[in-house]
Amino acid sequence: MSGLKIVVLAKQVPDTRNVGKDAMKADGTVNRAALEAIFNPEDLNALEQALRLKDRISGTTITMLTMGPIRASEIIREGLYRGADNGYLLTDRAFAGSDTLATSYAISKAIEKIGKFDIIIAGRQAIDGDTAQVGPQVAEKLGLPQITYAEEIIDVKGKEIIVKRRLERGVETVRGTLPLVVTVTGSAAECRPRNAKFTMKYKHARSTSELQNATEDFMQLYNSRPYLKLSELSVNDVDVDHEQLGLNGSPTKVKEIENVVLQAKESKVIGNNDQEIEEMIVELIKNHTIG
Amino acid sequence: MNNLFVFCEIEEGQVAGVSLELLTKGRSLATQLGCKLEAIAIGHKLDNIVNQVAPYGVDVLHIADHKKLEHYLTLPYTSIIIDLFSKTKPQIALLGATSVGRDLGPRVSSALKSGLTADCTSLVIGDHEDKKADKVYKNLLYQIRPAFGGNIIATIINPDCRPQMATVREGVMKKEIFNNSHKCEIKKIDVESIVSEADFVVSIIERHIEKRKVNIQGAPIIVSGGYGVGSKENFKLLYDLAAVLGGEVGASRAAVDAGFAQHERQIGQTGITVRPKLYIACGISGQIQHRAGMDQSSMIISINTDAHAPINAIADYSIIGNITDIIPKMIAAYKKNSK
Repeated sequence: MSGLKIVVLAKQVPDTRNVGKDAMKADGTVNRAALEAIFNPEDLNALEQALRLKDRISGTTITMLTMGPIRASEIIREGLYRGADNGYLLTDRAFAGSDTLATSYAISKAIEKIGKFDIIIAGRQAIDGDTAQVGPQVAEKLGLPQITYAEEIIDVKGKEIIVKRRLERGVETVRGTLPLVVTVTGSAAECRPRNAKFTMKYKHARSTSELQNATEDFMQLYNSRPYLKLSELSVNDVDVDHEQLGLNGSPTKVKEIENVVLQAKESKVIGNNDQEIEEMIVELIKNHTIG
Repeated sequence: MNNLFVFCEIEEGQVAGVSLELLTKGRSLATQLGCKLEAIAIGHKLDNIVNQVAPYGVDVLHIADHKKLEHYLTLPYTSIIIDLFSKTKPQIALLGATSVGRDLGPRVSSALKSGLTADCTSLVIGDHEDKKADKVYKNLLYQIRPAFGGNIIATIINPDCRPQMATVREGVMKKEIFNNSHKCEIKKIDVESIVSEADFVVSIIERHIEKRKVNIQGAPIIVSGGYGVGSKENFKLLYDLAAVLGGEVGASRAAVDAGFAQHERQIGQTGITVRPKLYIACGISGQIQHRAGMDQSSMIISINTDAHAPINAIADYSIIGNITDIIPKMIAAYKKNSK
């Protein structure tokens, strides 16, 4: 069987576990620059599923596609370090402020530009929004079927794909036909670590925008090794209707943002001794909380 | 026209709890807006559904009943909803934030180019003034949800696109009968005329859906453990306490990730949302993601070795110390004082 053409959609996300004061901009959108940026965890699970198909089916190629600012080139490099073959950075100010629908539109147009794929694999959701919408919306825009909540791509034979889905209370095994979109949950196999050989090979890989301050020596090396060039797509490289991009193309708007503040209750501190614990239990029985 | 629609999930002939919760919320929003509440049921052998939803105040029930629709499939369900929404033009459409709703919702919203807000924790009707365009929007749906790991609460609106779509997690809204003799009109959908063979390109080979074993959502008392519990062994103490008090055992994501408890017990933003009478947080530091799933509890007891754990700020009682020490004391005190 000839190899598969796979594209992995991956997102660089702010590490939402550490949100500082200056993380929000006045318009209610996120100031990503103020936060540490990481590879969205479920996108790593998605990458692993793609890599496993590549291990099994010779001739398979994996293309990374990420939309974001220039520093999101890091996501492509992380993919290459683990075994992806090439990657595209979709970056343009015109995409700023996109909601999930405008994002899906831009990504689907980029995929159409890059080429035909057998499988589009993405994480189920990203930790900055937890919406799980971009995968299905990309599928709809491309007119492809979707299999969400995938825990394992069990098999691909010819045009047939078998996928195990992890649902709230069990598993479901489904059969689909290529091409299609698969979104992978965090319960899927963890992504393999970086491969030392690939990391050496691609550590100097750069997108065009990252080359601004490059030294002459670096440029000489860069130009002598074509695989170091990470492809970059701007709004002018894809065939889009500008009305459907960015804030304009987003039906949902942020009306208001409120910071979460801990509401301190009147808290009783109970001593770790038999008497005080018993008093608390008696109080709870009395007011019918327990018993 | 321009009514409020709720997509009802059906599990083995029963309307899912989350859908009944959405009907309850939908009923009050529809009354406020002066529009009808319409429900959609897709599946097979749905004759009994009307009796289940009518008491929640459903005015119209749309039924798509077909053998091939017994279990959820993305494409045929999407086709039916898109056809229905194109004809009826709802102003609002609500779905459960389940694996079904989160598969179906985005697909429908993409096809209709309407906006969709995931995992709302509150839905309110309100106005919006767009100063730039000098335009005032009346009676929009405020879709309120935590974002950014729960560190902010965002109010999202869809000023221009319809329907305004939102998903809500199970347990977030209250479920309440509206009127046991509410009149509900049934409209049957002609499935064959809408769904095509191509919609069945993805098919189910095998399903292993377990019956709900643990019913954390319905439990009045939850004894919940975090990473601070320390081990799977120590978690047994939590089961002991829960058994004595007649409650269930929950866990934080950190405890589930560490293998102390099963995934189905996870409480928090990425797990279940609960609002019990009593929540006993054992060795839980109280990350915002966890609090999002339990801060509506009527009463909270925190047991933690760290006096400055964030959970203590929302607890009614904090006991500083080790659970291996404190839980046996609580069990003893309860046994001594309860009749």
